[in-house]
Formats: sequence, structure tokens, C-alpha cells
Amino acid sequence: MKLNNLTIKKTREGLTSKQFSSSEVVNDCLEQIKKHDLNAFITVCEKEALEQAKQADILIKAGQNLPLLGVPVAAKDIFSTKGIKTTASSKVLENYIPEYDATVISKLKAAGAIIIGKTNCDAWAHGSSGENSDFGPVKNPWNEEYVPGGSSSGSAVSVAANMTIAATGTDTGGSIRLPASFTNTVGLKPTYGRVSRYGIIAMASSLDTIGHFTKTVEDSAIFLKVTAGQDKLDATTPGVEVPNYLSSLNNNVKGLKIGVPKEYFIEGLDKRIKKNIEDAIKFYGKNGAEIVEISLPNTDNAIACYYIIQPAEVSSNLARYDGIRFGNLRDAFGEEAKRRIMLGTFTLSVGYYDAYYKKAMKVRTLILEDFEKAFQKVDAIITPTSPTLPWKFGEKIDDPLAMYLSDVFTVTANIAGIPGLSVPTGFIDGLPVGMQILGKHFSEDLLFKVGNFYEQAHDFYKQTPYEL
Amino acid sequence: MSYRVIIGLEVHVELRTKAKMFCTCSADYFGQKPNTHTCPVCLGLPGALPVPNQQALEWCVQIGQALNCNIPLFSKFDRKNYFYPDLAKGYQISQYDEPFCLGGQIEVNGKKFGITRVHMEEDTGKLSHEGDSSLIDFNRSGVPLVEIVTEPDFDNAKDVKAYLQKLQQIVRYLGVSDADMEKGQMRLEPNISIFLDGNSKGLPNYKVEVKNINSFGFVEKAINFEIERQLEILKKGEKPAQETRGWNETKNATVSQRLKEEANDYRYFPEPDIPPIRWTAEQITNLKNQIPELPDEKLIRFKKEFALSEYDAEILIREIVLADYFEEAVKVAQGKTTPKQIANQIINKKINIDNVLPAKLIEDIIKSEKTEDVNSDDLKSVVQKVLKDNPQIKEDFAKGKDSVVQFAIGQVMYVVRKKIDINIVRQLILEELK
Repeated sequence: MKLNNLTIKKTREGLTSKQFSSSEVVNDCLEQIKKHDLNAFITVCEKEALEQAKQADILIKAGQNLPLLGVPVAAKDIFSTKGIKTTASSKVLENYIPEYDATVISKLKAAGAIIIGKTNCDAWAHGSSGENSDFGPVKNPWNEEYVPGGSSSGSAVSVAANMTIAATGTDTGGSIRLPASFTNTVGLKPTYGRVSRYGIIAMASSLDTIGHFTKTVEDSAIFLKVTAGQDKLDATTPGVEVPNYLSSLNNNVKGLKIGVPKEYFIEGLDKRIKKNIEDAIKFYGKNGAEIVEISLPNTDNAIACYYIIQPAEVSSNLARYDGIRFGNLRDAFGEEAKRRIMLGTFTLSVGYYDAYYKKAMKVRTLILEDFEKAFQKVDAIITPTSPTLPWKFGEKIDDPLAMYLSDVFTVTANIAGIPGLSVPTGFIDGLPVGMQILGKHFSEDLLFKVGNFYEQAHDFYKQTPYEL
Repeated sequence: MSYRVIIGLEVHVELRTKAKMFCTCSADYFGQKPNTHTCPVCLGLPGALPVPNQQALEWCVQIGQALNCNIPLFSKFDRKNYFYPDLAKGYQISQYDEPFCLGGQIEVNGKKFGITRVHMEEDTGKLSHEGDSSLIDFNRSGVPLVEIVTEPDFDNAKDVKAYLQKLQQIVRYLGVSDADMEKGQMRLEPNISIFLDGNSKGLPNYKVEVKNINSFGFVEKAINFEIERQLEILKKGEKPAQETRGWNETKNATVSQRLKEEANDYRYFPEPDIPPIRWTAEQITNLKNQIPELPDEKLIRFKKEFALSEYDAEILIREIVLADYFEEAVKVAQGKTTPKQIANQIINKKINIDNVLPAKLIEDIIKSEKTEDVNSDDLKSVVQKVLKDNPQIKEDFAKGKDSVVQFAIGQVMYVVRKKIDINIVRQLILEELK
């Protein structure tokens, strides 16, 4: 049996019952990484991972029980890892080795996880396809001619291709949910502030959320229990209690009100995806959930609002890479980073601030109010994660606007700060599709419950791109 | 021709908090080995985030309260974006349109001056240049800095100096800063401009900012120099350049540093890493209640409670440690000596308050005042002998020269060689002379 195919749950069960060792799991993952050239990793921490696995095996033998003890986890290459190169997939930070661990990395390590490597992504997390990496694009294991979605492309692919058991990601406008739906993985974008941003290279600080990719919803819940919580190093993490997410996976959706926003089922949405998601919604209806049509009237303005606020913050966040203290000179920035720096600098300038940034902040409030009103009527909202299937490499690379529009269904959650979960809903033409489940702030437990219910009845996660 | 000088001030004060503004590094950087008080946050490393120091926020509010400002219940931080090698993040966390304190005023030299705002920000690193290389020390990066901005209400250097002295006194009284200018803990930036026509309203269409001034005396000199310089230009019918100038100690002059044709565009926007600060009315009241007695109130109380002259009281309240020392001494004296005597002793003898405990001071005063008893008959015979040996005394006294009594007292004391009550001696002499 190949151990890299396991979920977190099954890995932990096998490790505690001594069916196999952590070293064996790590070895199988490393083998898979070498076998398939998908460019999912920038750094594979082979030596360190094997060493840590050995340590984990000793602890397991001694009866230690930690939620992720001995489980290999990949980290997007914008999570600071002490002593391990962290590039943000940009040539600017080509040789940057952090002095410290991001809070999430510390928490994962403390929970016994083994960092198996650092995954490729769109440089600085700018992108929806994975093509913006300065170290080459990541390939989609379901069809290597297609993009895996971005920006957390390598993390999504490493989980989809069973190169790791789970992986971290960041989601600023859809960077976890979109690649999750393109790769048949479960992707969680938590509530803004649920998971500490400390030590994760900032893209747009008011929108960045720290999530992960797993094979199942249950794994996503296990993972969040480890990473969530207030961090004294991140002033935007409130002291909201972290619930026991696993207890919400009770396979019962009776009486649950699920909202279907009409603004998300529009022209431009692939008809096959529309049918796929409508079928998923019907499934909930058949099982006792109440399906309610709702309206989120300001959805139209979301992309415009996002593409003002996000580049504004990007332009400021990238200012420290001035080539003086660390990193390469500024001419090492790629096209997309330069585009966003210029856009953001423009919209924040005197004489433009009121017309752009200030107005965008007002729209942001309206979008938040849309959701607040909706959640007075429904418990959760279901939409397609992406309006289209994965596209072929190069298809949108020269059309930034078309690329930006691929986030049309995901950016709203970042603007409002609410959580979103992308769960696989099958395949069209051999390419994965996903649905997005949205809930009110800090309702991750509910999203897990809704996602798990569908997943347990459909088992799409059991399909893998490669023969095992 | 009656011209009108217009001066406003920006003063930066470093707070003496233990930790820096947004991280837990020690803020006590002066004289430390470069880059030893640093961490990912104050070095601006990728991914690091600022967490505001609550103590610093509260002290900033208290400075505003001491300057009679309004404290809005809602406030926030903003990013001020600009590139400079000593600015680790490429932006400074500061406050733009919603600072902690607004619209205060302060009385100096019997005049009222408006305080526009008091806001919180972070200090930058420090550059030094050695040969062909430039070095950056980030120990100062992220040290809490409060900026106090006045209205352009000043028209002369004397008032400015008095305002600055008072401001320094207030922050020291609050205990929030040592405001030592030599150490850069208080930095002064006057803005100076002039209307040639004294009846002009509003503000002139240019402004000269003078930076790098590290003493009150230099501020006075710099302002007076600028007034002369600008007047000369204006009288030629020209407009002085809008610019930043620096004070050059050796030249005793201001020198141009940077021409500022128009305002820099700092692209301010709300700092997304720090949630807005929402005070409750109760918190603000509590902070106000914690403010100690400030110099103005103390001066009034000292004059009234201790019957001190304006001169004495003013010297005693200049520094809170001295004022406290004086009050402690009064308490210890328990009426055995007067506050006036204590004040005299402290001021005239220039007592080193670090070495002499208040109890010791009182002991010394009482000892110096104590007189020895002398047999009154013995004393009487000494007086008679002195008057006999010095017949001139009696003659002069008869001519109305009262001052000769003082001479007689001296002679008696010289013979007795003991500490005796002068009043008794005077009494005896007067009796003999009559």
C-alpha cells in the first residue's frame, strides 16, 4: 500500500496502531514528488523531513499523541520557515532564508507535523493560474496541459497528486478555493483573523487569510483545530474560541437553510458547471435542507472593489523589498507585481484616493451588508467556486482582466471577511469541479458539516490522478 | 513697515516605554551596540506584523490631555509610504486623519497657543556614513514617537522657547519621556514664514521648516536668523523658497537642505494590520485621573500652601523631582522650620538632592538655626565692654546711624564665639544705648 495516498485521519490511525511508521509515510511522499514532474515544489526538505520523521517515530513509540504527529505537510513558499529558503516564488527573494517561523508553522510543528517542502505559487500570491511563478508554472495532475489554479497552485497540486498528506495555503481573493476546485481537493479559506498571519509574506493585509488543502473535509477540520486561534503577534486575530470542529460532522442537514444567490448563476458561468452545482444543491434539498433563493446585489462591484483595495495594499507591502537590506534589486519583480504596484500607487495618490480607495472601502461595506442580510435568512450559501473549468496554459496570460474575472465568485468572501470552503463536486471532461460553501464569520464548523455531508455521499476524493 | 511673523511647531517626543511601539524589543537604544535591539518586526522582515504597545497609546493620550486636547473615542493608525534606507518597511506607521488627540491649547507667557493635534508614530532606524559605505542601525526603529503639532500662533522666538520648555516640563511631569534633547528624545521643528504687510490675513504662500535643532537656545537663534533672512528676501520683493533648512551650529545659520516645491505624496491609507482603537469614555476618564499635578497647578499651590514667592516656587517646580523633594522635606520638618527656610536652603545652597536626604536637610537647617543659651548677666557685661571699647558706636547711634547696631552685634558675637540668638543681643545693645 502506498502511504502517501492517505488522509490525515488514516495516517494518524495507522501511526498510532503501529501499522506503519512516519518515516515510511514521508518516504512514499518523497518518492511521489520525484516521480511526477509537476513543479509543485520550490524546495523539498528531504533531509530535514526524514530526520523529523525519525523523531516522530520515537515519540509515537513512547506513546505521544499529537493531532499531526508524524504527518507530512507541505507549506506554500510564502510561509516563513526558519532556516529554510522562503521565496514567495519571486526572484526578488530567490536566496532569502528567514530567521523565524510563521506562527502557523510553529503551531504545525508543535502539533507534530513534518514540513516536507515549500510549494510553488504565483509570485507574491499574485495570480489565479499558477503561471506567475518566477520558477515556472505548476502543472495540473489531472491534465498536465491545464493550469491548476492559483495562487496556491503547488500546495493544491501536492495534495491532489498525493505528494503530501496536507498543505498550507493563503487566500486573498480565491487563492485556496480556486485551485482546490481545479484539483479535486478540499480548500478552506477561514474567517479573516481566525488563523494568524504572522510570518506569512503579506499580499493584501486586510484580505489575506491563512488556510489549507486536504483530501477530505474531516482533515480540513483537524488541520484548522491546530492552526486557528488568537495570536499575540497578530493584532487582527480576535479572542474567539476555537470549537471542536470534528463534533459538527454529524451527517445531518435537516432543517438547514441553504441560500442560492442568483447573482452567482449568471451568463459567463459554464453551463456544465451550473448544472453540476445545481445538482449538488438539489442533493441537500432531497436530504431535508431548505433551499432558499437569495440576492447579493452588490456582487457586480466586487471585482472592481477588490482590484482597488488589493493592489493598494500590495503596493505598500512590497515597498520593503527595496534591494537594500535583503533580496535582489527591484528590477527582479515580475510583470504582475509591477502591474499591481503601479495600480496601487496610483489609486492611493493625492487626488485619486477619494475617487478610488475611499469609494472601494464604501463598496466593501455594502458587500459585507449584503452577506449580513443574507445570513439573517439562511445558514449557509452555496455557489460554484469558479465560473469556468481549468484552462490551458497561456490562454489568459496576456489578458489580465480575463484572469482577474476567474476570481469573481471567490473575492466576495475576502472582501466581507467570511469563511469559504471549496468541496469537490465531480469532473467535467476529466477536469475537476468544486462548489463553494460560504457562512457567516467564524462559522467554519457549519461549513465543515455541510461539506462533509456531501463528500461522504459522493466520495470524489477517492479518485486520484495517478494509478496508486 | 510693520511685518508679521508666523511660526508653528512640530515637536517629536520619544516615549520611555520599556518595549518598542510594535514589538517587544527594548526601546532603550541609546549607546547600545548597533542592531542588537531588533527582531523580525522592527527589522521589517517579510511576514512580520505590528502589535501596538498599549502603554504607548495611553501615554500619547495623556500628553494630549495635559495639553487640553479632545480625545476622540475612535482612532486609527495609517501607513505613511515613502522610501528611505532607515525605514525598514518602506512605510512608517503613523496617524493621518484620526489622531488620538485634537484641538488643545497651552498657556505660555500669559498667552494662549493652540495645539492642533497629538499623534502616535514609530521612530526610524539611524543612518551613519563611514567612508564609502552607509550603515544602518535599527535599534531605534520602532521606538514610540509622539508628534505634537501647534497652530501657527507664535510670532516670536521667545514665546517659542518658553512653549518648548513648558512642553518638556509637562512630558517629564507625566513621566512618559525623559525628553533629553542631546539623546534625540525631543526633536524640534519650527515652521517660519512672514507677511511683509502686518495687516495680511491667513498664512503666507510659502513656509520654511527648520530641522535638526537639538537645543532650545538654537531654536531661538534659528528663528531669529530666519526672520532676518526672510525679511531681507521679502523686502527685495521676492518670495522665500518653500524648503526645509537645517541649523548649522558652526555657521550659526540655517542652511538649505531640501527644496519642497509641493507637498510630498505619502499615499496615506488605514493600516490594515492594526484594528482601529476604540476607547470607552471610562478609559479616557481613568487616564485623565491618573495624570499627576502639572507644573501650572503646582506653582499656584506652592505659592498658596507654602507662602512662597513666585521666584522660589518657579524654581522648585521646574523639575518634578525637586518639587517632590521640597514637599517631602516640608513633611519631615513637621513645622520645626518654615517652608520658606527649606526653600531658601534648597535654592541658595544648591543642595544636591541625589545625595542629601530630606531628613538630613531638615536636620542641617534646624542645627544651623539652633542657638546656645548664655547667662544674660554675662552677655550684658560683654555688651557693655564692647560699647566701652568702641565709643564711636554710641556717637554714631546718637546721630541717627541705626546701622551701627549691626556692627555692635558683630562685635559682641565675635567676643562670645557662640551661636546665640541675635535678637537678644540686639535688644541688650539697644537698651544700653538708650
